[in-house]
Order: sequence, then C-alpha cells, then structure tokens
Amino acid sequence: MPKPFYKKLFEKIIEGILALSGSITSLAVLLIVIFLFKEGLGLFNRSPISEGYVLAVNKSNPISKIDANLVKQIFDQEITNWEKVGGKKDSIILFHLDDINSIYTEAQIGENLENLPTCISNVVDSIGGIVAFVPKSYIKSDFKGKVIEPVNITPKEFLLGKEWYPTAEPSAQMGILPILLGTLWVSLGAILLSLPLGLAVAIYMAEIANARVRNIFKPIIELLAGIPSVIYGFFGLVVIVPLIQTVFNLPVGETALAGSIILAIMALPTIITIAEDSLRTTPRSMKEASLALGASRWQTIYRIVIPYSISGITAAAILGIGRAIGETMAVLMVTGNAAVMPHSFLEPVRTIPATIAAELGESPKDGLHYQALFILGSILFIMTLIINLTVEYISSRNKLGKR
Amino acid sequence: MISEKRTKIEKSKKRSEQIAFGIFRAMSILVVGILFFILGFIVVKGISVISWDFITKMPEDGMTKGGIYPAIIGTFCLIGGSILFSFPIGVMSGIYINEYATNGKLVRFIRLMTNNLAGIPSIVFGLFGMSLFVNTLGFGDSIIAGSLTLGLMTLPVVIRTTEEALKSVDNSFRHGSYALGASKLQTIRRVTLPIAYPNIITGLILSIGRVSGETAPILFTVAAYFLPKLPHSIFDQVMALPYHLYVLATSGTNIEESRPMAYGTALVLIMIVLILNLLANALRRYFSKKVKMN
Amino acid sequence: MAKIETLDANLFYGDFHALKNISMQMEENTVTALIGPSGCGKSTYLRLFNRMNDLIDSTRITGQILVDGEDIYRKNINVDELRIKVGMVFQKPNPFPKSIFENVAYGLRVNGEKNKSYIEDKVVQSLKQSALWNEVSDKLTKSAFELSGGQQQRLCIARALAISPSVILMDEPASALDPLSTAKIEELIHELKKEYTIVIVTHNMQQASRVSDYTAFFYLGELVEYGQTVEIFTKPKLKHTENYITGRFG
Repeated sequence: MPKPFYKKLFEKIIEGILALSGSITSLAVLLIVIFLFKEGLGLFNRSPISEGYVLAVNKSNPISKIDANLVKQIFDQEITNWEKVGGKKDSIILFHLDDINSIYTEAQIGENLENLPTCISNVVDSIGGIVAFVPKSYIKSDFKGKVIEPVNITPKEFLLGKEWYPTAEPSAQMGILPILLGTLWVSLGAILLSLPLGLAVAIYMAEIANARVRNIFKPIIELLAGIPSVIYGFFGLVVIVPLIQTVFNLPVGETALAGSIILAIMALPTIITIAEDSLRTTPRSMKEASLALGASRWQTIYRIVIPYSISGITAAAILGIGRAIGETMAVLMVTGNAAVMPHSFLEPVRTIPATIAAELGESPKDGLHYQALFILGSILFIMTLIINLTVEYISSRNKLGKR
Repeated sequence: MISEKRTKIEKSKKRSEQIAFGIFRAMSILVVGILFFILGFIVVKGISVISWDFITKMPEDGMTKGGIYPAIIGTFCLIGGSILFSFPIGVMSGIYINEYATNGKLVRFIRLMTNNLAGIPSIVFGLFGMSLFVNTLGFGDSIIAGSLTLGLMTLPVVIRTTEEALKSVDNSFRHGSYALGASKLQTIRRVTLPIAYPNIITGLILSIGRVSGETAPILFTVAAYFLPKLPHSIFDQVMALPYHLYVLATSGTNIEESRPMAYGTALVLIMIVLILNLLANALRRYFSKKVKMN
Repeated sequence: MAKIETLDANLFYGDFHALKNISMQMEENTVTALIGPSGCGKSTYLRLFNRMNDLIDSTRITGQILVDGEDIYRKNINVDELRIKVGMVFQKPNPFPKSIFENVAYGLRVNGEKNKSYIEDKVVQSLKQSALWNEVSDKLTKSAFELSGGQQQRLCIARALAISPSVILMDEPASALDPLSTAKIEELIHELKKEYTIVIVTHNMQQASRVSDYTAFFYLGELVEYGQTVEIFTKPKLKHTENYITGRFG
C-alpha cells in the first residue's frame, strides 16, 4: 500500500492550490480597484495649470485665487476686464513668454537668458492689468509681481464641468459632463433600438419557432456575439456612417446615431440570450391553462409569458446597457468623438471608453491628463459594477420568488 | 346563437396574432440578415485582397501595400500567451468552486466576483494592465503584459465554462468512484474531469475567439502601430490583427489607399473567429454523438 | 345525441401509437371517470377534447371526435372557440401570477369581453359556483399565490367556469391536494354536474367510484372497458379490469 500520510499531504496541497485559483477573480477585482484609484486619485487637489508654469499678476491686483474655467475664458479673450472676475475695473492684458521679445531686445535678455527673470518681473510690475503665463523657474525670490493660485480641481467640477480640454494651456479644463452624457446618450439610443428587436427575436425563438428553426438561429446568435468589436466598428465606419451622412444630409456621418446603431447590433446577442432563457422559465402548465381558456398563442405570450418573465427581460435590458456603456472600439470608430454637450443624435459625441482609448496614448504618465483618464476609467468601472450588482439582485430575488 | 359577435372577436384575435407573429418573424429574419450582411460585406470586399503574399509579407509603403504577417503572428502570440495564463488557473478555479468549496456563502461570493470581473469593460482591463504590468511591474509594452491582461479578461469565461461542464456531470459517477475507495482528487482526475472534458474544451475554444478579436485591452499594453519585424522575446512589442485593422481604418498614413488592406485584415480576423466557432460546434456535435454511442 | 362522441380515434407521437381505436360516447350532465395505470393514455385522451395535444410537435390524429355533434378536428374549426366550450382543470393548481379577480376574469378578457359590470358579475358568480367566494370575497385584489393549494385549485375551477363552458375536463384535479381539499373538490364536482358535462382523469379508485356516473378503464392506449360506474366497480365484465380496480396491479 502507498504511504497514506504523503498521499493525504499531497491532496491537501492540491486543494490549497485550487483554493488559491478559486480566489483569483476576487483578487483581480480588488487589484483593479486599487490600481485604477491609485493612478487616478492624485488628480484632485492638484493645480490645473500646466505643469511647471505659473500665472503672475501685478502686485496691485486684488485677485489671489482663480477658477480654471475663468483662466480659460481670460486667455480666450472672452473675459477682458478684471471686474468680471472680481477684481478692479481694469482691462486684462495677456502676456505669454514669447511676448518678451517685443519688449526687450535679445541683448537685454542676455545670451543665456540670464536676465529673463528680471525682465519678466519688470514687465509684470509695470503693467497694472497684466496676467503672465510663464515658467515657474523664471520666478525668482525678488519677483515684483504676485503669483496667483488657481483653484484646485474638485470632484464636483470634474463631474459637472462642461468643458473637456485636458491639454489646454494655460489651464486644463477637466469637465467630464459632456463625456458622461455622451456615453449615456449613445447607450440609451442603442438600447432603444436593440431591446424591441432583441425581445422580438427572443420571443420568436422561445415561443413561436419550431425546434429546427431554433437550431439554426442559436449558432447564428452565438456567432454574432463572437465577432470582434473592431469589425463592427469598421463595418459601421464604411457602411453606416456614409449612409447616415447621405440620408440625413449631414456634413459628417460620424454621429451618436451611428454609435447607437452599431452598439444596438452588438448588444443583441446579450439581450436575446438572456431574454430567451427567462421566457423559457414560464411553466408549461401556465401556458396551457391560458390556451385552455380560449386565449390565442399571442394573447398567452403577452398576457402570461412576458409578465411572468419580466424580471429576466429587465435583466437582459440592463446587461445590454452595460455592454453598450463599456464598448470601446466600435464607438471610437463611428461617433466622431467630439467632447461637446450632446444636443442631437445627428451630432458627433464622445463616450468614456472612447476618450480613454483615444487619449491615454498621448498623455504623459502621472500627468493631470493621465490621472483624469484613470478617474474616467474608475467611473466606468463603478457604473458597470452597479449594473452587474443590480442584475445580480434582480435574478437572486427572482429565484426566491418563484418557488 | 351568440356566434356573430364571437366570430368577430375570434377574427380580431386571429388577426392580431398574425400581425404580431409576422412582426416577430420579420425581426428575427432582419437580425439574421444583419449578420449575413456584415459577414458577406467583409468577405466580398476582402476576398480579392487575400493572397499568400498578404498573409506572409510585411506591410509596405505606409501600410498601403504588402501584407499583415507580423499582425497575424502577433495575434497568435497573444492567444498563446493569454491561454497559458487563463486556462490552467481558470480550470483550477472552476474545479475548486464546483468540487471543493462547500460553504454556500463563499461560493456565492466567488461567483459574484467572477460575474463582476466578466462585466468590467475591456478598456478598463487595458487601463489596469498598463498600470500593473507595464508600469508597476516594469514589463513595458510587451507580449507578456498584453497576454496577462487578455488572460485576466478571459478568466471568467474559462471559469464559468469549467463550472458548467463539471455541474453537468451526474453525481452518481462521483459516488460510484468514492464507493470504490477513491479519494476526492482521484475521483476528479479519473472520473469527473474526463467526462466534463469535451464541454470544457468547447468553451475554451470559444474563449480563444474572444481573445483574438479584443482591441481595447492591448492598446496600451502591447500593440504596436507599425513594427515590420517579428518578436524575439516575450518582452517585445508586437502588432496585432484587431489593432492593425483599427489603425488601417482610422489613422493610417493614407486611409483611402489602405482601405483594401483594411478589408483584407478584417476578413482574416473574421475567418479566425469563424473557424474557432465552427470548430467548437463540430467538437460539441462530435462529443455528444460519442457520448450517445457509449 | 351524446355530448361527446369518439369514433375510432388514434393518436401517434411520432412513431409511438399512444391511443388505439378508441370509440365511446359521453352523455350530457354526467361525470365520466377515466382510470388506468400511468402511461395508459387516459390523460392524452382527455386532452383530445380541447385539442391540447396540438401543442406537442409531431402528433398525428386519426378518427373522429365530436362535441355537440361537431367534428372538432375538421379543417377551419376555430380551436380557441372550442376551448371556450370545453374548459379544463389541470393536475397541479396553476393560477396565473395575477390577482384572484384577474385570474377568473382572464378568460373573459382574452375573449373580448369589455363590459366591466358583466365581468364583475361573472367573476363573483364563478367564485360562488366553485365554493370559494366566502373565503376570498375580501381579498380579490390579492395575488392568487397567497391562496392555499386547495383554494388555488378551486380558483382554477372558477377560472374555467367563468367563460361558461358546457364541458369541463379535469386532469387529476385533486392529486396534488390534501384529503380535506380533495373532499371539497369532489363535493364541487357533484354540484357542477347539474350544469356541466364533466370528464375526469383520476388515479384514485375511490374517487372515481365516489364522483362518477360512468367509468372508462384504459390500458396501454386501449379502452379496455367502459360502463356505468356501479357496474364497473361491482361486477366488471373483464378480469383485467377487476384486477386493476381491486389493486392487484397498477
């Protein structure tokens, strides 16, 4: 006989390894949470002014703190008087580093820019309404102007801000509201298109079609689910986008509508499969009882079968939205990606995943922009988590409810 | 009799049923039509591009000529790398959940987490993979970083597949084995797994299909925009079919001229997915026949 | 004229010959019990009368089944209309996931009845007929699932009565119920006989002898013996029937 002790030990070790593997998904979810927030959370309480630069004003200027959005408006010359931002009545004079050459000669600045800090200091000191956007390294201790502090980025501004110019100078605009709304628009549009279609197919497969037709449909739906999203995106780009452009006579075809249509097709397999499974849970006896009372098959479907499986259908719809919200490539390729507040389905919009995919490659690590994208990722993660937990809740309640 | 009113009601019942069923049938045909239109469109546009050179040559002239060889190789590297990670761990995890874990609450928790992991959007996996594998662990943009990210993403599919397959094994087999004095591990290895094996394999093949088409997770972990050479180690970057298609379609140097290349790439990608799907279906049928014969 | 008449009926499930050359007649306002061991075809036979077997793919039927002298398997017959005339009560109580009131009103609603007061009257009348009114009159809007098993089954009977059928088919209506509820259902059958023709499938010999006027004994898809219940239970013509009734097999 083999040695039972070793055998037992061996079995215990294997069980331990298996248990470790069993915890892998929980570990993965935990790690994802940690890393997303670790990379992103530094964003808040950070200055939105471009790294290494400061804003300086004349000493007589009463303003000491200023909002990122106001900075943008000042430098876009939408605000031209200090009165508008709470200062004295004095017109604003913008000053960039390049402007120094029009005031001082190269000789005055010095061959190695050694006099530059003094020059800047003098300029700021001499013009009352000036606001200078200059590198921090040129602000020395004897600086005669005043450095103003921008208001740090807050979660509220981040969520509700309407402008997304993460690389704007001098001050980045980190408002994700247009992106959030864009995501919701495109996803809701998708679900409005695909829910009726998906439900119809589910009902057809569960209640109307015979076994042979069903056996043809099943693998087709499976295949539809298996097609990579980049293919859907490519198809959308070369077929649906030009089509929308012609039909609605638009300058560009890359619109929210194109995104919704492609996402609707992509969400179909999810909706069909889950809805069909739940329609099938309707007890046969209940359907027979309805037919035995002289109800037609259609009456039985909409009066008995659909109400009975309504929670499963709800779950299907929610999961369909979840898929749409998280989809990246297809949306990136067909929606035009304009980060503006959405007004109509016939205009370009931008979604959270598309923003991350398009911009992460160009954002320097640990910079403001990089952190903002990770926060966007965290928001996306939380949204899908809520969706998953909702579905989980619906289906668990459902199991309890139906004996 | 009351029959006149009745006949009218029955007629309207019949009519609404016909209309409703007609709509459902039409919508179902529409959905199937959409699929065939997409497939047909890609095949028709792509077939003329496909040639031996297209599959075995490097891209040339700003990706408007030549082939997609490095992207094909890259995709196979990523498939290989990710299944090396996800299959063993996923299958072991599935075995643990279905065969070992007895605590109902624990099982429910693990399942909840697995479902949550499955629901996380692919771009979030991309962010995570970049943060952990590329930056923190210092792998850089590399096959290993991309494979681990993709592997993590397919884990839930592998786990669920294994669980389902094991669940469908009748308990009488297990009890029969225990009755002969076999230990739990022996029972799993010699009885349960061999029976569940066909279903596990089919599920795994389908999960490969997912890996081959994913773009978002590899954007920032491995995929190269243009790299006309083959990788030498797992720490090299590679091109990959889905990302290559994205590049050709939207951000190539000359989008109009690279369109044929894009159609060809799309067709190759679809062929891979299609073949994997057909393979899985064929295996399913083959195994179910074998079981019936036994 | 007999209420229900079967002439040489055969039924096949694919290759399986489930009912073989059945011919019998059932009179108006009588209770006929169909008995026999499991799988003998008695439930299949019952389901011929409201064409419930239609729902199963690959069934094939030959012969004639007449209700009120009309061939119910002829072409152009409206099956929904037939099912209004021939009501059914199932083995397990199967109320819909609706309120008690809506369960009973269901048959009226799906058949185009819009008159509210008529529906209300009919629901109350049916609940009274099925001896459930006293127990549910104050909770008509509650879910039908809140009722006990026996009450649910009487609700299903009320539901069948509401559309004024003339025939009621009962497929082992008391098999899922406790003895007390069973007794109530049997009592009800006695009452209903005055207005309806009832065909009941049962496993329970005592029940058959208590509630029915006629009894038909089925075995392996064949009608073995059919006659007055008193006759069948006291002096069956065939040994086979006697063995079954006295519990020597089955």
